[in-house]
Amino acid sequence: MTEATVRPGSTGHSHGGGEIPLQTRNERLRSIDPSKHTKIDGRDEQWRYLDSARMGGLDTNTLRDASSELKVSAPAEFSSDLVDASDPSFGIAGLPEDLPTANAWAAATKALKLTLSGEASEPAFISVGNLDNQSAAHLIIQSKTHARGTVILDHTGKGNLAEIVEIIVGDESALTVVSIQDWDDESVHTSAQFARLGRNSKLKHVVISLGGKTVRVTPNAEFTAPGAEVELLGLYFADAGQHLEHRSYVDHAVANCKSRVTYKGALQGKGAHTVWIGDVLIRKAAEGTDTYELNRNLLLTDGARADSVPNLEIETGEIEGAGHASASGRFDDEQLFYLQARGINELDARRLVVRGFLNEIIQQIGVDSIEERLNASIELELARGNH
Amino acid sequence: MATLQVKNLHVTVETEQGSIEILKGVDLTIRSGESHAIMGPNGSGKSTLAYTIAGHPKYTVTEGEITLDGENVLEMSVDERARAGLFLAMQYPVEIPGVSVSNFLRTAKTAITGEAPAIRTWINEVREAMTNLKMDAGFTERNVNEGFSGGEKKRHEILQLELLKPKFAILDETDSGLDVDALRVVSEGVNRIKDANGFGLLLITHYTRILNYIKPDFVHVFVAGKIAEQGGPELAERLEAEGYDRYLKV
Ligand SMILES: Nc1ncnc2c1ncn2[C@@H]1O[C@H](COP(=O)(O)OP(=O)(O)OP(=O)(O)O)[C@@H](O)[C@H]1O
Ligand SMILES: [Mg+2]
Repeated sequence: MTEATVRPGSTGHSHGGGEIPLQTRNERLRSIDPSKHTKIDGRDEQWRYLDSARMGGLDTNTLRDASSELKVSAPAEFSSDLVDASDPSFGIAGLPEDLPTANAWAAATKALKLTLSGEASEPAFISVGNLDNQSAAHLIIQSKTHARGTVILDHTGKGNLAEIVEIIVGDESALTVVSIQDWDDESVHTSAQFARLGRNSKLKHVVISLGGKTVRVTPNAEFTAPGAEVELLGLYFADAGQHLEHRSYVDHAVANCKSRVTYKGALQGKGAHTVWIGDVLIRKAAEGTDTYELNRNLLLTDGARADSVPNLEIETGEIEGAGHASASGRFDDEQLFYLQARGINELDARRLVVRGFLNEIIQQIGVDSIEERLNASIELELARGNH
Repeated sequence: MATLQVKNLHVTVETEQGSIEILKGVDLTIRSGESHAIMGPNGSGKSTLAYTIAGHPKYTVTEGEITLDGENVLEMSVDERARAGLFLAMQYPVEIPGVSVSNFLRTAKTAITGEAPAIRTWINEVREAMTNLKMDAGFTERNVNEGFSGGEKKRHEILQLELLKPKFAILDETDSGLDVDALRVVSEGVNRIKDANGFGLLLITHYTRILNYIKPDFVHVFVAGKIAEQGGPELAERLEAEGYDRYLKV
């Protein structure tokens, strides 16, 4: 459960461990220059849960540009191009806030740009996988005014990848982006996903992290005009030895926008580690903001660890609502007993409970094929846990 | 004709102060079609007996046996016991977030019978059972016990009793927390299911009012981890009038 501490000099409050002094989220360095970023080091709040040894060289080595290796399969409403920094949308959704992302920026001189016009009833798929070691990729997903559609970004196989995903949500458009991290056991992946939302636009952003040695996804959402809505959803399942980290940041820079952040995770096995950090900044101008964030973790076995830190900074009192909840708990044996007492065997009972727990996210994805695949993956994870 | 037999049952639980013995030699035999009521003061071990029969891992059997038609129940896992025909309606049913009642009921039925029920007949069966218990059809879409009122949880337990058709049913204070109408609906439900299925019933209760609806063949007075006295329905009347003082003084 969380413990609230009020920070001096702020009307908001933050949670969690206190050794590292918090800067306001807005003051974090943004730069495309790798030399400006601090090395991966536990003293830096951004890296307090990870060390360089787990990063597969993404922080130290020169990366290889893999943007052109991403495979796109999309309906006619989408167009895809390889663009460079001269493209007007290149770099407008966000700039690197950490070293691997800056490394990726330097290496990936080209970006794969997917543009959505009109209403696409079928999703676009971008698949990334089986990359040579230490790759970088830059993607730009843009929905034009009034466009509607879904993009699924699917990461599988082997490879260490530092990735930048820019998501530019045009005025009055509605976009769903699903990012699946289902890598092989040894893969390392960082993905900085920057969303910039236009007037009255809607973004549903879904992160699903299942496979990989180290996965660190940092979704940022910035509102640029009123009336927009973002939903950041996340689901993760960590096994022994896996580190799955998610840090979301919602920047309520303007008035009358709404954000919902919901991340849920299951953990099993020795050394399974998950981290969720949920930053929300409500700036002075952001009157009428409505925000809520929630993170829940289900620890299926001993030896797993879930860190969960919601962090709400509020600079105006004129808001609709702002709240958060965070809880991590052990698997409830009473639930297991109840189900078994109705004849359901232990494995099926565990399945039911875990699926039930994760359902809240799965039900909201809205893409049948992904929901089915996810259900199958969860079955597999549970079977692997060998309960 | 089936028989559930409890012989010289001793049960302990682990506490921070070490293990303590809660059941101290319980003997009880229930046959199909019989109704047994257990009454006794708070903390005497009634739920412990019920949970131990169902196989809750918190309780350790140190002596004695439980058999179902001669089969050793103590060697069975919790789910095996349920599949063998034992059913416990719990005093405090557990919430299971994200699992709908309809999914839960279908999964349980499939587990008990070993095959998935035919969809159309199953849906009708569930609907009819819910109507009998005056449960709103909307409950099937809700998550198991989540946000259910105390009385709704108890009806949901009896709904499972009706659908899973066990050989023996233990109802642990199913009557507690029910209003007068609900008590009647639930009791009539139990009687109806019992007439149809002929199961053996073990009813744990603090109140004789449920015994006005469900007539017990035997009444057992449970005190300090054992059965202190047994008799017919008239024993319940006497307990209502006199309380447990005479047993506790000894
Ligand atoms: N884990 C435990 N630690 C300590 N004592 C326990 C534990 N579990 C059960 N007990 C004790 O065992 C005794 C019997 O409990 P039980 O729930 O079986 O009583 P009961 O007869 O069902 O009571 P009630 O009428 O209140 O439902 C109680 O004194 C209870 O406190
Ligand atoms: Mg009890």
